[in-house]
Amino acid sequence: MAFTNDEVLAGLAELITDETGISADEVALEKSFTDDLDIDSISMMTIVVNAEEKFGVTIPDDEVKNLKTVGDAVTFITSHQA
Amino acid sequence: MSIILNQPTGPAHTRIYAYGAARGENLVPNDDLVGPIDSSDEWIRQRTGIVTRARAVASTTAIDLASDAAAEAVARSGVAPEKVDAVIVATISNPKQTPSVSAIVADRIGANPAAAYDLNAACAGFAYGVAQADALIRGGIAHYAVVVGAEKLSDIVDPTDRSISFLLGDGAGAVVVGPSDTPGIGPTVWGSDGSKAELVGMNGTLTDFRDGKVPWPTLRQEGPSVFRWAVWEMVKVARQALDAAGVRPEDLAAFIPHQANLRIVDEFAKQLKLPDTVAIAHDIETTGNTSAASIPLAAHRLLEEHPELSGGLALQIGFGAGLVFGAQVVVLP
Repeated sequence: MAFTNDEVLAGLAELITDETGISADEVALEKSFTDDLDIDSISMMTIVVNAEEKFGVTIPDDEVKNLKTVGDAVTFITSHQA
Repeated sequence: MSIILNQPTGPAHTRIYAYGAARGENLVPNDDLVGPIDSSDEWIRQRTGIVTRARAVASTTAIDLASDAAAEAVARSGVAPEKVDAVIVATISNPKQTPSVSAIVADRIGANPAAAYDLNAACAGFAYGVAQADALIRGGIAHYAVVVGAEKLSDIVDPTDRSISFLLGDGAGAVVVGPSDTPGIGPTVWGSDGSKAELVGMNGTLTDFRDGKVPWPTLRQEGPSVFRWAVWEMVKVARQALDAAGVRPEDLAAFIPHQANLRIVDEFAKQLKLPDTVAIAHDIETTGNTSAASIPLAAHRLLEEHPELSGGLALQIGFGAGLVFGAQVVVLP
């Protein structure tokens, strides 16, 4: 079953809250992981691994560097679902 | 008539008799390092859990640290130094390729003419050494072995590097391994992945340095990629080591992973679902990441602070540049 953009956004917000304590309300498509949400590289990798499991996608290390905003991650995940 | 060779056999079991430890003389606080990396004490603590790292003075070498740690382990073990017939030193940072660190250490601790060799398995070096000591003794090749992890990493750091240099410290940890009536060292799960050799290691060669092509080579890492591998891939190795030993997480008294970064240690423990009863080594907070030395240093500290752990089971796992990894369950002395 494919996830919609809204479902991926909500799921990512949950993972971000679990890892960092940031309120899910603050997680929006245009937010930058580093500049707006202040998520460091280690937390980012933890969120990536948990997102892989949650959404059944593979996010290679090289791709993680390209995921600047929450929207980048949502687009990557929805477009790489099996 | 053909001659049948003698082939040795050893005792059925081995165990660790005692630990020894030596740390660099200075505990260097984060504030001393933040200038060249445009950082702060808070930034380093949040990302690594490190408050200080042990660093040796210029005149102290990895050989000195290794000798001190090995001498303590031998003294505590009750084994006469002349009975030690194998000395294995895991190290990647001795600036002189040959002679080996181990031959000098063997001589300094009174174990001359023990077999002696260095091994290069970076942060997995100590676990590799314990595997070898166990096999040498059970194979009848050696009777008592000293295994040391020893590093002076401060000689191969770049103060302006934000990837790994500020994590690194100097120290040595050692054990004496010998025969045992009961099993004291579980099966080793070990391996390598050279396809990821570029993730962590030196950023230049000595010949390029000689020819003026590169500055003094220092350590570098791709931190986030190493983090992913060190937690989610190494958790599988840790579970294999537990299964191979016939041990469940709740049977452990202690978890002693390579002290790479406190975030790795804590996420690793979380993924392993260790119960609260398991003591988790946090030596990284004050000693820093000492590569091959970190596991025995952390074990030594745990036993000093929690002597009740003696006799309990510890899962130790090393992982690092190569990439290489090694894990086993041991009975704490």
